[in-house]
Amino acid sequence: MNRRERETVARRLLERTPPPVPPELYGDAVRLGGRMLRRRAAVRRLLWLVLLAAVVAFVLWASAARPWVQPPSDTTPPLTGW
Amino acid sequence: MRERQASEAAEARRAREFEAFVAGAAGRLLHAATLLTAEPPDDNPRARRLLTLSLASTYASWDRLHGEDPYDRTRRHLVLRFADGAWPWYGRRRPGRRSVRFRPPDAPAAPAALSALTPRQRLVVVLRLFEGVAEEQTAALLGLPADRVRALCARATADLLRPPRGRAPAAVGAARS
Repeated sequence: MNRRERETVARRLLERTPPPVPPELYGDAVRLGGRMLRRRAAVRRLLWLVLLAAVVAFVLWASAARPWVQPPSDTTPPLTGW
Repeated sequence: MRERQASEAAEARRAREFEAFVAGAAGRLLHAATLLTAEPPDDNPRARRLLTLSLASTYASWDRLHGEDPYDRTRRHLVLRFADGAWPWYGRRRPGRRSVRFRPPDAPAAPAALSALTPRQRLVVVLRLFEGVAEEQTAALLGLPADRVRALCARATADLLRPPRGRAPAAVGAARS
């Protein structure tokens, strides 16, 4: 028996007795899949909220601290007594 | 409001399409899963669980398939999920899953010839012979060289056709150690 014949016989062996499909399979899959979808949506919403909070916090901090303004020098003593 | 209506319509459409897909493909996929787990056809809780999880994942990504065949996707998910528990160096993270891989020797093992194969041999046999996936695709899916897939398939085919008496206990013992 060559390889092709052997594979044909093995294939026939595998094809025997297909298992019956349980009726609850579709419902279970939809329920689990729906839960996965909702969880993904919740995670996405949470990440957007975190991003939004970070942006707001940064804007508030920046407008209070004004990091782009040159800080007043405190190493040179003020020039007085001219 | 309009957004909610649109999402409900999308959900109804997804459910309809998915139901048609399951009605058409579940039998074949469950058969493949049962062959993978080497359970008897009328008592296959592990295969059902594998298939339910794979179908759920397909349902969750139904809107983002972009023309990919849902059957292919489910089968890939099924195979990878099974391989995750069956690979000797994978699945260490989840020891609970590994333990289901072995049947007790006195259980009524229906496909005796199949359960004598190793999980990896069953993966290759099911993909190559039962599902007719090309050698290169099987290799890519399992992360093996194509030569290795060919060798595994030839060896497993020979084992399947050999009369299972006398040899099966030895193979089960070897897989167990």
